[in-house]
Parts: sequence; C-alpha cells; structure tokens
Amino acid sequence: MLRTRVIPCLQLIDETLVKTVMFKKPRYIGDFVNTVRIFNELEVDELCFLSIRASQKSEKPNFEILSQIASECFMPLSYGGGINDFETASRILKLGFEKIVLNSVVFEKPELITKLADHFGSQSIIVSIDYKKDFFGRTHMYSHGGTQKRQGDLIDFVKRIQSLGAGELLLTSMNQEGTWSGYDLVMLKAVSEVLEIPVIINGGAGDLMHFRDAIHNGASALGVGSMVVYQSKGMGVLVNFPDRNNLLKTLQ
Amino acid sequence: MVTIIDYGMGNLGSIYNMFEKKIRVNCEITSDLDKIASAEKLLLPGVGAFDKAMERINQGGLKDVLDMKVLQEKTPVLGICLGMQLLTNGSDEGNLPGLGWIDGYTHKFKFEKNQGFKVPHMGWNEVHRSQESLLTTGLNELVTKPDRPRFYFVHSYYVKVKNESNSILKTKYGHEFDSAIQNDNIYGAQFHPEKSHKFGIQLFKNFVEL
Repeated sequence: MLRTRVIPCLQLIDETLVKTVMFKKPRYIGDFVNTVRIFNELEVDELCFLSIRASQKSEKPNFEILSQIASECFMPLSYGGGINDFETASRILKLGFEKIVLNSVVFEKPELITKLADHFGSQSIIVSIDYKKDFFGRTHMYSHGGTQKRQGDLIDFVKRIQSLGAGELLLTSMNQEGTWSGYDLVMLKAVSEVLEIPVIINGGAGDLMHFRDAIHNGASALGVGSMVVYQSKGMGVLVNFPDRNNLLKTLQ
Repeated sequence: MVTIIDYGMGNLGSIYNMFEKKIRVNCEITSDLDKIASAEKLLLPGVGAFDKAMERINQGGLKDVLDMKVLQEKTPVLGICLGMQLLTNGSDEGNLPGLGWIDGYTHKFKFEKNQGFKVPHMGWNEVHRSQESLLTTGLNELVTKPDRPRFYFVHSYYVKVKNESNSILKTKYGHEFDSAIQNDNIYGAQFHPEKSHKFGIQLFKNFVEL
C-alpha cells in the first residue's frame, strides 16, 4: 500500500528557520542548514521549504543554501518562495529539488504553470493556496505570504490550476496554521472531491489523530510544522518526527 | 568507480552526491564513449520519455558500446526509473524497441476513476523480495517490524518481466509490478534510490560491492 506522505513544511526568513502562528509572529527555530541536517538524520520522507517573505520583498531564492541542502538531503525536496519566472524555477529543479512550489505568481501569471509542466512534467509543480475565513465565514485566498487578499472562488481556482498543469495542491488554512487544533477538514473534503491531483493538507496538525481525520477526508499527503519543531504545544524548540511504527498504525 | 551515463535524460546530481558523499566511492558523470567503454560499474539513469531516451542511446554509437560492455564483458549495470524500463523489450509509451537485455515489457498504469489510484504513482511504497539478490541485501535489517523497507517512486509506466526468475523486488500499486529486476550482471530499479535515504544508500552500497 502506498503510504500517505508526512511532509515537514519548514518556513524560512533569510537564512533562519521560523515558525508562525496563523501566518503571524514568526518565532526563531534555528539556523536553516543545521536544522535541516537534523531532519535529514531523522530520515523524514519528504521536506518542503517555504521562504515566507520572499514574494513580499521581491527576493530571489538563495541558490547557494538550496544547493547545499540538495547535496546533503537524499529525499524528495520541494521549495517555494520568490519563484516568479521559468528561469528561477528551472534553476531550482536543476539543483536537485524534485518540485517547486508556486503561490503568488499563479495569481499574476497562471500560464507559468503550463509552461513549467510542459517542460518538467506536472509531477514537479506544486501550487500552494493559502486561504482565510473572514468574520462572516467567507473564504478568501491570499498571496505574498498571506498579506494580499485575492479575488475569486477557491474551488473554481483550484480546478483551474489543475487544468493548467499543476501536479499537486498544497492547501493551507491561515486560521489553523500554527494552532495545533487540527486541519480544516471541511475545505479539504470540498477540494479533494473536485480534484484529481493529490492534495497536501497543511495548517493545524497537532497530533496523530489529526492525520487520520485528514486521510479520511481525502488528503494524499500531510503537511506538518509546529509538531515537528516544538516539544509540544507551548513548549520549547525540539526538532522531532513521529515514531515510524506509531505513524504506520495511524496511516493504515 | 561508478560511471553514470549522461545521455541528456534527467538530473544526475543526487545520484552522484549519494555515491560520493554517502558511500564515499568515486563517481563520474560522462557521455564520453571511451570512458564508458572502460567503466567498472555502469549506471543508466533516466527521467523522461521512452522513445527520446532510446533515440539518444541509438545515436552516436552509445548502444554498441553498452552492448559490448554489458553483454560481452558482463560489466554490472544498474538502470534507474526510465533506465530500468529501457532494459526491457519495449514500452506502451513509445514505438522504439528497448535494449532487450531483460525479457519483459513496460506497461502503462491504467485505473478506473473509482479505484482511487492516481497516476503517476508518486510517493514512498513498500518493496517485497521475490528473489534473493546481492542488490537487495540488508534492506530488511534497516527496519523494525512491522515496518518494511520502502523506496520513493515517481512513474506512470511499470515493468512486468516474462520470467519470474528475473524479478527481485515487487511492489503493489493497484496491482503488483516488478520494482527491481535482474538478469545476471544487469539490474534495474523502478524507484529512485538517490531519493530514498537509508534504503537507497544500502542499495547503492550493494551495487558498488558487486
């Protein structure tokens, strides 16, 4: 049986790893390269790096650091943040990253998805959508690290990015992110029912029961953040990963 | 020394790094026919389309050098992903014949929508030994039961060998397929050892020690 992937989604600002709560208050976790080495030693099955201020500040990815990561980590790797053209995406894939994550650019130049998918294959393109519910319970999509509100209906938009050639969707609830309170299962179900491509659900994971709930609601992969960088909720930094056999019991 | 054949199909950096940095064995990436002709161990990588890969192999004399090395000199060769599919007689993906070193065929994954199996088959999956092989030694020892050895897969086509004696690992995705194959000095792996941390390191180490 194919295993559900559990993917640490690590947030970067410059060369440090941080963790936000509801996309705010980035807290220092550690030096990027050193922390990644610990995940590498823990033999996690996939790693996703998101440079969370890159689009806001119009910064290019730090290729030097990414190259170092790619030469040390022997697992599938993905990177997002500041990728706004073909050349940048292509350079990251050539460093040895399997996948690139596109967010802000898909609202401005959705055709980039198709261009990249035609060249590198859909399996190397993850589109990331961040969304938040407002006071009245209405859902809005955001770009630029959760700072720019976007027009349009989320369900229509994810269908569109699939037809443009996205290989996976990373779906992050800004209301849940960093809260340890569980994934947004309602949105997960609605989205996975209309998509053929795998959905990586992200935002809110706090324990293994949350994993099980997400699998039952259509998740192909599970993004984790706080859970793998803190000892437990409200406690100090401790890079960790759930025990393999406990994980197996949960995921089957 | 492991010689990775560069014929323009896919990213070879991770394979190179795993041999050099994790297994600490010398490794070269080359398209030079003289270097390939004098190789001790050959690695045939590959990401992309079947016919495009075979065209590149058929051009410029690479096929003759490979046939000589592999079939006559019996140099160990390991095909990875598309590189394994090329070892078979042909593929649903293309019209050109494969290298035909291992009797078998490459089929497309076909599932009904309600079966819930997405294509490509992407992610970590378990492998089960169908035959003892030096290539797969020590994999079971890397896990604590009930956990099983696993590898990272990304593929839309799968191999089925004609003779069961050429199957060394099997994996199930909707149905069973051959995830690693062997015929004498010729080996193939459908998964990506270079993206499968300790399991990939063990498999590459076994290949180096053949």
